[in-house]
Amino acid sequence: MSADVLEGLEAIARTEARRRRRSIVDFMLLWAPIAWLVLVVGAAALADWLPLPSPNDQDLADILATPGSVHLFGGDSLGRDVLARTIFALRISLVAGVGAVAIGLVVGGLVGTLAGYFGGRVESVAMGAMDIVLAFPPLVLAIAITSGAGPALLKVILAIGVLFVPAFARIARANTLVFGNKEFVLAAHAMGMRHSRIILSEILPNLVPPLLVYSLLMVAVAIVAEASLSFLGLSVPPPAPSLGSMIAAEQRNVLDAPFVVFFPAAVLFLTVLTLNMAGEQVSRRLQVREQLL
Amino acid sequence: MPDMIENQPHTVEPILRVERLVKQYAVRRRTVHAVSDVSFDVMPGETLGLVGESGCGKSTVGRAILQLPPPTSGRVVFEGHNLCGLTGQALRAIRPRLQMVFQDPISSLNPRRHIADIVAAPLTLSFGIAPAERDRLVREMLEAVGLEAKTVWSMHPHELSGGQCQRVSLARALILKPRLIVCDEAVSSLDVSVQAQILNLLEDMKARFDLSLLFIAHDLAVVKNISDRIAVMYLGKLCEIAPSDELYAGPRHPYTKALLSSIPSPDPKAKGSTDPAIEGDLPSPFHPPSGCRFRTRCPRAQPLCTQQEPPMRVLAQDHFTACHFPLEAS
Repeated sequence: MSADVLEGLEAIARTEARRRRRSIVDFMLLWAPIAWLVLVVGAAALADWLPLPSPNDQDLADILATPGSVHLFGGDSLGRDVLARTIFALRISLVAGVGAVAIGLVVGGLVGTLAGYFGGRVESVAMGAMDIVLAFPPLVLAIAITSGAGPALLKVILAIGVLFVPAFARIARANTLVFGNKEFVLAAHAMGMRHSRIILSEILPNLVPPLLVYSLLMVAVAIVAEASLSFLGLSVPPPAPSLGSMIAAEQRNVLDAPFVVFFPAAVLFLTVLTLNMAGEQVSRRLQVREQLL
Repeated sequence: MPDMIENQPHTVEPILRVERLVKQYAVRRRTVHAVSDVSFDVMPGETLGLVGESGCGKSTVGRAILQLPPPTSGRVVFEGHNLCGLTGQALRAIRPRLQMVFQDPISSLNPRRHIADIVAAPLTLSFGIAPAERDRLVREMLEAVGLEAKTVWSMHPHELSGGQCQRVSLARALILKPRLIVCDEAVSSLDVSVQAQILNLLEDMKARFDLSLLFIAHDLAVVKNISDRIAVMYLGKLCEIAPSDELYAGPRHPYTKALLSSIPSPDPKAKGSTDPAIEGDLPSPFHPPSGCRFRTRCPRAQPLCTQQEPPMRVLAQDHFTACHFPLEAS
């Protein structure tokens, strides 16, 4: 048995080990974010049935209580349970994130698809309107919308959603332009398909992957936007918990009881990070499929 | 070319008559003269080859016939109906009888749909077809174009080869039982061996479904076998129309001759053509040359060619040429 062969075998073993390590990393990169997101969404959805203290119950004895068996995340400056407040705040964050993206996706997707498909005047008017929205200072628009009448959460969703519409419209339009010029669309015309049917059954399925990836990323952006607005006091009014207002309210105590700010901030950070990672993974997987086309 | 129509002794009505077709596009305030005054007929059961180099407007003719988009002016009379000016439901009602097969086999098929759905799509547009009956028709049509229905049924286009995709495109076109199919460079992007298969398939389908074909290609060699007659286009105009054999044996238009002599011979010992190849590039379709459009590259050009546009003339039985100084019949 020559040394060469042994060396070769060792090299094979090494690459094999490296390959296995990489597959473990790949596995974790996909499933760890998904596990966290399932946990977060599950907790937010089931918050009413979880064995938690009420998020608004105050207890003088628990003011700035350190994390422990009674209060897992500690207590805030009014003696409320930070874990319960974080979970209920997550509910608002997720509803705001998904709601805003839904508005952006539906309105922007529709406007962009019609603009890309019909072109001409439809396109100039639609994309001109989008440019106007883009040119508006986002914070001013958000303040204007949230200062109107109506339920606070709905206004926040609407404000963020409106800001998202132009970006979704552009993505939808760009992809519609790509696919609308393909010959299968011409073939659909040639067989006598109506415009509405062509958009729905020929173009729309091709818009799903890019819009899906973008939606995942934008849910993260919307959650941060909601947190920022609530930090500024533009989101749900107190005492309802929101991640941004929780951080804002406890700023003064950050040196005495860092966990009061740290836990909501960490949950916000991890949720946004994992949403981005999940979006990345989905887009990578779709790209692989795309290359096969 | 009204004299052509009068001189041709028609016993049957043409299935497609294209009259004075013009297609212009506005590109940044300038006008592209893509197709200028093109007229021809396609008889029932006939295959008309339409050839010309890239950019001469032959695909535009094909699409203008299907009104995708409609021509700027002219008439497209299909089975006695002028398609130009028809809109909405009236046009959609005729569309199934007039189908098209495109060049790019991949982009002709929606990447997100199953093969069976793609072929069935035309059927779902008209009401009253039971799912079982639809599946049966799709299965029959897939088998007819030489695909194993069971295998490809739930595949996606990217899982098939170019030739197979082109078979699917053909199945989709045929399932509506059309009378005329416009094949726009339908084999140009395929390997030579696959080209032959698809051409044979087209011939079979033509006989089986009693079709007429308008076969658009840039390659005279491909068109030669499949076509009954061939029309040659140059820069948006027709140069010559003649029966296939006659065109190959004795081209009368200098451009046709140049195209023919550019076909490489498969025999390595054969002497190359001694005719000088035509030089230069296609003139700009923004400003086509005055008179005869080919004069800038024509070895026989005379002053007359600059001044006057050559009319389409009958030079022999069914042989039409638009040239002031046609070549002698060999």
